[in-house]
Amino acid sequence: MKTSTFTATLLATTLLTGSALMAADVTLEIESWRNDDLTLWQEKIIPAFEAANPGIKVKFNPSAPAEYPAILNAKLEAGSAGDLITCKPFDHSLGLYEDGRLADLSDIAAMANFSDVAKSAWQTDDGTQTFCVPMASVIHGFIYNKDAFEELGLTVPETEAEFFAALDTIKADGNYIPMSMGTNDQWEAATMGYNNIGPNYWKGEEGRLALIAGDQKLTDAAWVAPFEQLAKWGAYMGDGFEAQTYPDSQNLFTLGRAAIYPAGSWEISGFNGLVDFEMGAFSPPVQNAGDECYISDHTDIAIGMNAATEHADEARIFLEWVGSEEFATIYGNALPGFFSLSSFDVPMVDPLAQEFVSWRGKCNSTIRSTYQILSRGTPNLENETWNASAQVIKGEETPAAAGERLQAGLASWYAPHQ
Amino acid sequence: MANRRPIRWHIGVFLAPAVLVYTAVMIYPLFNTMRLALFTEIDQQRVYVGLQNFSALFGQAVWSDAFWNALGNNFWFFLIHMLVQNPIGIGLAAILSHKRLRFAAFYRSAIFIPAILSFVIVGFAWKLILSPIWGIAPSMLDMVGLKSLFAPWLGKEEYALTTLALISVWQFVGIPMMLIYAALLSIPEEVLEAGECDGITGMSAFWKIKLPLILPSIGIISVLTFVGNFNAFDLIYSAQGALAGPNFSTDILGTFMYRTFFGFQLQLGDPHMGSAIATAMFAIILIGVCIYLFGIQTRIRRYQF
Repeated sequence: MKTSTFTATLLATTLLTGSALMAADVTLEIESWRNDDLTLWQEKIIPAFEAANPGIKVKFNPSAPAEYPAILNAKLEAGSAGDLITCKPFDHSLGLYEDGRLADLSDIAAMANFSDVAKSAWQTDDGTQTFCVPMASVIHGFIYNKDAFEELGLTVPETEAEFFAALDTIKADGNYIPMSMGTNDQWEAATMGYNNIGPNYWKGEEGRLALIAGDQKLTDAAWVAPFEQLAKWGAYMGDGFEAQTYPDSQNLFTLGRAAIYPAGSWEISGFNGLVDFEMGAFSPPVQNAGDECYISDHTDIAIGMNAATEHADEARIFLEWVGSEEFATIYGNALPGFFSLSSFDVPMVDPLAQEFVSWRGKCNSTIRSTYQILSRGTPNLENETWNASAQVIKGEETPAAAGERLQAGLASWYAPHQ
Repeated sequence: MANRRPIRWHIGVFLAPAVLVYTAVMIYPLFNTMRLALFTEIDQQRVYVGLQNFSALFGQAVWSDAFWNALGNNFWFFLIHMLVQNPIGIGLAAILSHKRLRFAAFYRSAIFIPAILSFVIVGFAWKLILSPIWGIAPSMLDMVGLKSLFAPWLGKEEYALTTLALISVWQFVGIPMMLIYAALLSIPEEVLEAGECDGITGMSAFWKIKLPLILPSIGIISVLTFVGNFNAFDLIYSAQGALAGPNFSTDILGTFMYRTFFGFQLQLGDPHMGSAIATAMFAIILIGVCIYLFGIQTRIRRYQF
């Protein structure tokens, strides 16, 4: 017994030493908030890269989405962050770049494959330096249960009136929860609520840029109107929506118990594997028939390099590959709902993803209103918007009061609004 | 006279490991946190600003509203523990120490087990139990015809904090129970028998003899509850997230400090302001403990034999 253990130990040591000698391989670690994508990275993206680049191993290390910025900052400060950093758009990444945590990647050849708009979320304010390779954007809209719509004889709503008429029909029928959303986690109310339907009111980029310039205020009709619509949503949500969490909402919809799900396109890949009914999608309904439509096509995710990495050369090889057509095709199809920001014409197979991306043709794209510049101070406009949207849906704050509170908060630190 | 006492090196040597470890992991970080609270970051430079963080924390509405809200919630959290957890704990201990109770050991362990569970498990389990969609709470109330009493408690501003406090009471009621149980067992039989001779039996024996004798233990429990509650964070964080929803109604000092120190979503962390809040928490706990030590414990001592 003793001898065999000893032999085993000897053998194990030999094996370990042996592989350690062979392993001149460099391992690159990726920090990310996309823990939902872990298997896709492990099974599709990383093997494709490793096959093409022997000697470089890649490890995907995601953390909880809402905690990601905090965790990442702490890791970077402690020097324990991975070699490659998944970049949130705008200020968070810009702050990291200015602190010298992210490397300047302007000289990456693959950057030529991205438009200026695609890169804008990961550039210095003057646009001269780019510090992350853009990966994908997400589009907001509504996913619906096609079977339920057919059963109730509903068609896809184009206008707000039709939208609420459809919700009323579903509610009157009583078999489905009209809208699957809760306010427990708060962010859905802002991201899938306010910033989903809002661009139609503030006219996308026009309103967003005017707000940044200080020409429009959050108390203006265009910015309060989305809250007015949200105030009506509460009546169509399930029992006890106040305590309904984000996973609860996802499950209610995929189990076929709810008819409409205010969504971001990132849900597609997760939902595809779970539903046994057909899903469709519609863009946020406009106020009056024939109005120009606006969608939130948010530059959401990019990848940069930890400035303190020991494997800068290998990391750059990986980043060049992220900018390639091969990556765009793998990523766009492995993760339907994350739309490549590159200029390549990537064919997509998923019908729901095709539906989402088709809105780019008929509507004007914008990004979430609170992300660029406006969330640099205290109180933080994005976080305040979460709270205000949830309060409005619950009917605990009036739309006008919410607008006034957000405006007062913004004006307290942002010079163009003072 | 000739042989002076040798220097007793061994005392220092034996004390050193504990002192060094404690200094490195407790005392140094504590004082460094207080030091950090006196700085702020301007243009990526750490700048000394004196008490400016504290004047912002107490003087600017952006910070002070959140701070007083968190402090108020913390007091409510503590009050529920004092009014519910500790009396129930004492009651359970009194019942358990009754000599004719069968299966006492089983009850004791069953009640104590939640205290050794992780906060994350407790938070998650209760969130599911109380969920209006999948939870067993609504259907159980339905079975006894009280469905109308059900509300999405964790999602309602007026109930959420109380609900969480009661969950925490459920988890930790075993600790006062154990401490009081031990104290009750240590009461000498002679005292009780002497009481019996004077006609003090049953309930009055508990009120007139046992309770005064376990008062010091109750004092200790109160202090432990106070410190535990004002340092609390885990349960709120695992059940409601760092934003301590709905509308900050469950925000306590711990979550407020976490959010400020580490940041949340687009809000970047501010370690200096976070340290100021941590220092304020430390001061509050220190004051509370001092009130107990100098105001109450000295009086209790005089009570004893």
